[in-house]
Amino acid sequence: MDLHLTGARPTDEEKAAVDLELGPPESVWDGGTRGNGADSRSASGGNQKAISQRHLLLPVLHAVQKRVGWISQGAINYAALRLDVPPAEVYGVASFYGMFSLQPRPMAVAHVCDDIACMTRGSEELCDELENRLGPEGVPCAGGRATWLRSNCLGLCERAPAVLVARAGKKAQERVLAPANPDRVQSLINDAANDVMPAAPDVLNPQLSVPQEGSRKLALLRRVGKVNAPQLDGYQRLGGYEALRKAIQMGPEGVLKEIAASKLLGRGGAAFPAAKKWEALYTQRDRLKQDPNRKHYLVCNADESEPGTFKDRLVMEGDPFAVLEGMTIAALATGAELGYIYLRGEYPLAAQRLAHAIEAARWEGFLGENVLGSGARFEIELRRGAGAYICGEETALFNSIEGYRGEPRNKPPFPTQAGLFRQPTVVNNVETLINVPIIINQGGAAYASVGTENSTGPRLFCLCGHVERPGVYEVPMGATLRQLLSMAGGIAGTGRLQAILLGGAAGTFVSPKEIDVPLTFEGTRAIGATLGSGVVMLFDDSVDLRRILLRIAAFFRHETCGQCVPCRVGVVRQQEALQRLVENRPLGSKADEIVMLREMAQAMRDASICGLGQTAASALESALARWNLFA
Amino acid sequence: MSTKETTPATSKAAQEAAPTPLIPIPRGPVPQAPPERERRTVEITIDGQPVSVPEGSTILEAARKLGVDTPTLCFLESLTPVNVCRVCVVEMEGSRTLVPACSRKVEPKMAIKTDSERVRLSRRMVLEFLASSVDVSTAPQFAGYMERYGAQPQRFGPTAATVKQPVKIDNDLYVRDYSKCILCYKCVEACGVDAQNTFAIAVSGRGFSASIATEFQVPLPESACVYCGNCIGVCPTGALMFKSEYDMRQAGTWDERAQSQTTTICPYCGVGCNLTVHEQEGQIVKVTSPLDHSVTHGNLCIKGRFGWQFVQIEPAESKTE
Amino acid sequence: MILLWGSNARETHPIFFHHVLKGIHNGAQLFVVDPRRTSSAQWADKWLGLDVGSDISLANAMAREIIASGLAHTKFIEHATSGFAAYREHVEKYTLERAERETGVPAEAIRQVAHAYAQAGSAQLCWTLGITEHHNAVDNVLALINLALLTGHVGRYGSGVCPLRGQNNVQGGGDMGAIPDRLPGFQHVENDELRGKFEKAWGVKIPPKRGWHISGMLDAMERGELKTLYCLGENPADSEADRHRALKLLGGLEFMVVQDLFYTKTAELADVVLPAAAGWCESEGTVTSSERRVQRVRAAVPPPPGVRDDAEIIFDLARRLGHDWGAPNSEAIWNELRSLSPMNAGMSYARLEEHGGIQWPCYDEQHPGEIFLHGRLWQEPLLGPRAPFSVVEFEPPTDMLDAQYPIRLTTGRRLDSYNTGVQTGRYASPLRGPETIDLAPEDGRQYNLHEGERVRVTSRRGSVMAPVRFDPGLRPGLAFLTMHFPDQVATNDLTIDAVDPKSGTSEFKATAIRIEKCTEE
Repeated sequence: MDLHLTGARPTDEEKAAVDLELGPPESVWDGGTRGNGADSRSASGGNQKAISQRHLLLPVLHAVQKRVGWISQGAINYAALRLDVPPAEVYGVASFYGMFSLQPRPMAVAHVCDDIACMTRGSEELCDELENRLGPEGVPCAGGRATWLRSNCLGLCERAPAVLVARAGKKAQERVLAPANPDRVQSLINDAANDVMPAAPDVLNPQLSVPQEGSRKLALLRRVGKVNAPQLDGYQRLGGYEALRKAIQMGPEGVLKEIAASKLLGRGGAAFPAAKKWEALYTQRDRLKQDPNRKHYLVCNADESEPGTFKDRLVMEGDPFAVLEGMTIAALATGAELGYIYLRGEYPLAAQRLAHAIEAARWEGFLGENVLGSGARFEIELRRGAGAYICGEETALFNSIEGYRGEPRNKPPFPTQAGLFRQPTVVNNVETLINVPIIINQGGAAYASVGTENSTGPRLFCLCGHVERPGVYEVPMGATLRQLLSMAGGIAGTGRLQAILLGGAAGTFVSPKEIDVPLTFEGTRAIGATLGSGVVMLFDDSVDLRRILLRIAAFFRHETCGQCVPCRVGVVRQQEALQRLVENRPLGSKADEIVMLREMAQAMRDASICGLGQTAASALESALARWNLFA
Repeated sequence: MSTKETTPATSKAAQEAAPTPLIPIPRGPVPQAPPERERRTVEITIDGQPVSVPEGSTILEAARKLGVDTPTLCFLESLTPVNVCRVCVVEMEGSRTLVPACSRKVEPKMAIKTDSERVRLSRRMVLEFLASSVDVSTAPQFAGYMERYGAQPQRFGPTAATVKQPVKIDNDLYVRDYSKCILCYKCVEACGVDAQNTFAIAVSGRGFSASIATEFQVPLPESACVYCGNCIGVCPTGALMFKSEYDMRQAGTWDERAQSQTTTICPYCGVGCNLTVHEQEGQIVKVTSPLDHSVTHGNLCIKGRFGWQFVQIEPAESKTE
Repeated sequence: MILLWGSNARETHPIFFHHVLKGIHNGAQLFVVDPRRTSSAQWADKWLGLDVGSDISLANAMAREIIASGLAHTKFIEHATSGFAAYREHVEKYTLERAERETGVPAEAIRQVAHAYAQAGSAQLCWTLGITEHHNAVDNVLALINLALLTGHVGRYGSGVCPLRGQNNVQGGGDMGAIPDRLPGFQHVENDELRGKFEKAWGVKIPPKRGWHISGMLDAMERGELKTLYCLGENPADSEADRHRALKLLGGLEFMVVQDLFYTKTAELADVVLPAAAGWCESEGTVTSSERRVQRVRAAVPPPPGVRDDAEIIFDLARRLGHDWGAPNSEAIWNELRSLSPMNAGMSYARLEEHGGIQWPCYDEQHPGEIFLHGRLWQEPLLGPRAPFSVVEFEPPTDMLDAQYPIRLTTGRRLDSYNTGVQTGRYASPLRGPETIDLAPEDGRQYNLHEGERVRVTSRRGSVMAPVRFDPGLRPGLAFLTMHFPDQVATNDLTIDAVDPKSGTSEFKATAIRIEKCTEE
């Protein structure tokens, strides 16, 4: 297109970062240097080409951020020129994501989680101490070479309080610190500022994260924590890729039959039958064959950003091949030849492990042009998010991969009709996908015999907050909250349970009276609660729940994409009203405020485009229904 | 240069083919566009009344056919629906949430309610959310909608967050007052794929602080803006305004009741764009284009939109030049 | 597919280009042929940056490639065209290699555009002044028409040839007979029957011979054959190529009347100046757009005091000359036109209003107008005469480059301005800077220039001063100027009045110049 760029030029570093991601420019017209005579006589380009490369925008912005520590006007111009995307749109995309800084920022940044799970483990005290030692949030420290920032949930809740330090540069690095204390944070910030960070981003410690490790009853977690750095041969020794071989034998119909028989429901929160999605693509296979412009896509939603959730991270860190195997079987059944893993940006170790696993699987023929000689082609691309909770919403995720702002789309059309790149797409959560090899190995009926009639199979739960042994737990569907709690050693803190948050910030509070609820889709629904993403966050009686509600409200205010009015303004008005109630200065009476909060909640639930707005008042409403918090 | 292009090509071609054919070309059959794909009829009910519309129609179109007045803010016939304002939401039997009438396509046997309690509540809340955070004083539709739904934006109190910010006046043609912006995306669409394809502006930031902006908020003259004014043409709130109108409003001389509108043809290139000239006291005060004309679809370029100053100048003045 | 040739429609026909963009978003391919990589070219799947004036070589080579690859539309050629054998033989020598030499465009790019055009399901070939402002303007047009005939991309929905008109009523001027050899409705003045119809209706004799176009008029002034000029809404003193000559000739007239909105350069030379109302907003009538769409113009504001509608002035003039036509009424004038011009017969004011304009021909009040022309070429059996292929030969521009004048200057419009700027000069465009001579950055380096520096630009006819701007869309040796600001940069002091004998258009697009660094003003 006829791009118009401001006079701002990229630095050599910025150019190098972009060129490393994209390869050198093809001609003077996309950023090359003048002097080639042929370029002055003809040029290739056009809208189709621009569309075809737009999906590289997010990786390019990541590349600049990682190399330089922020994204300048010159860098935006260069990205625009290289990808033929208008600079205003590049800016619109870059400014959407929390991990990108559009102002100069020190090369080393510590992201300190102050979200609800970490709040129960001293994150406020940590932040106070950091402020004492390093100065206020966002202000340069360590001689101007570093800074620290408060962050939403980092998905390290079992090791709260958590910190993630990122060091930009030619050899960019990230390092997780959890549990964190002021001394260790300060020392790591200094290391980052001096560019002497430890090489590995994190270490998976099963004792801290997977308390059941070693138990024979485990299916989903049976390999997690067994080895420190998962390798393909180890995976195969522990039964890996047997299911894929079997699936190839069975063919797509056979696979679909078993998945249908298993009654597997999606584990991402919406509990949609996996088989239905897959079948929707399978039934479109004729058009896929006839139309060369048609493609099917598979997306693994690994944008695990619900506060309190960390199960998918541990699976990806500890058993990455299982994710790939599940995806490959799904691809065979649905006709997808390209799959994406959209991984939340704050998971450095998972990114490393997945990238390594994809490479190894490709090398050994488990991915590629001819998967295990089956004749089917399947490739996986790993994409990292950049700090936007909303991108866990499947259509926002598509937009993010495609290089647009991560704003959800209206449904219909549903992803199975027009999803990624407007093509039929199946989106499955990480946990859903690792159930797939188990189902293929056991058979759908055997799988369905675990759990209840409508909630089948095993399920992962993230226990955090005031619990003795936080971590990810695997139980058959149907176990009660009480059973789960006792597995985890009971309540920590004061030892007296005040409240349980199921499903995270978008979930629901339940009271200790409801502790015998079976953890099934239907069981939780019966008490007006939700399983959501499997968060079970416990609060002892020392916690001021109003503060937790305020923090949740702040979370939504920070994470709403801003597209639709009920959500964009609703989450702000909700936070304002809560703030007034907590500070005991209501407009009119407290009852008036609560009426107003309920009206807002209904409008957000009824009129918002996507699940974020529809559930942004869910925790608050459940709390108001159970406790008289604002007497 | 084209000031002297006087000979139509049909004539050029005719002249070339010597000897000049003096007889007109015979009249043939009327050329036709390929027939449009036949669309089936879909029947739905709206507020209990059955209505039939062609497949692919929206609930809004069906409602309009029945004469049901549905409020809209981000919707415009000439733009792709973005369904972000949510003021048009309606209740659909079997749907967990309300659905946007402006973009939801009809399906057989849909049962729609346009005035249920749920619908009225959501519409009222949307209006209250907007009017409490945005200056809607120059948005022509707002007062009527607020009255209809009993919206009371002041109930969020005097400290409710707003999008207030200083007016941007960085050129002689446009004024941008984002304190009045409801983020309906229309200007972005008009600047983008739906018309101008210049993409000088985009939505930037996120959440409540999201805003329409050039890259890094550079002033318009540094941006890609080509001053077609198509963004102003679609703005529903007056956040984007012609400088001519803004100045008159500031001076208190803007008076729409004293204005006439006359549609004519642009005096510049040969595309034949329809211009609607807004006149007040014998002077042109702004120029728009009809949305429903197949040449412009409401869009113009800088010359058509702003190049009318030359008829405002007194002849005596031009003689001195 | 859209093939845009010698046109920067993105800037010169912005709303037309909206429609092109709609096509592009629906998957249409765009190819642009232009010496400059313009904003239109930046949207192209492929841009071909040919040498100024080498269009015929490019078109003929495309034709050869299409024929050689078996992509010619043989059925259509046999059915509806004439002269194909001679044409085929003629283009045979235009190999891709020859065209690469003559145009500068890589052979492979020429091959690509040829194949894409021939294989497209439907294709529009649109051009503007890049084709017609040459000494061989008509030949250029014919070379393009040949391509459309060769591939059958004419007379079908979605396919056609389309000159994009530069003015809101240049088409209408032709429709109304403001061309040397036609009466309204393109009825030939030398056809006795057609002329007789007008003579009968008007009760006067009409000279049975064609007149002059504007370049012919200047030549006639030079020969002393033309001594009086009545000039309406035209500013030849600024707009003609080789302005020195035009000024001299206009100044030498015995008597000149200028009827205009403005006191133009031409008006300064006039004996009588008649201030006229603005046709588009101060009077009633019709105009015809590029797509033959006749639309109504309406009076939206009153003209300034003392300024009169063109029709009023002409009616008054007629009265003084002894013909009382009564009071002018635009609808009555239009209805008279409809009674004499069959192609406008069905266009009542009421219908024009109702349909938002009608595309001619529209023969009666039931006729919807025609959305494309030449459908007759596909009729079985063929209706009317065959469409002829034309043998046209490449000839380089008249103003040759040499060591003294090594740079090719071409001209065009910028988005926010128009022609000699008498209208657009009066609004405050934020896009407008001082008029510049645009050069390739490499030339800037070669001549040791910096942006904004004033340089002397000299052609074989004249010399002007202009500040420099670097445009990366220009290749070394190519320069660009507009005519928008004759008071700043009198571009037509430089241009050549090499005139196309068939259309009377001058070669504004190709001037040989040199650039000189200069310290004094």
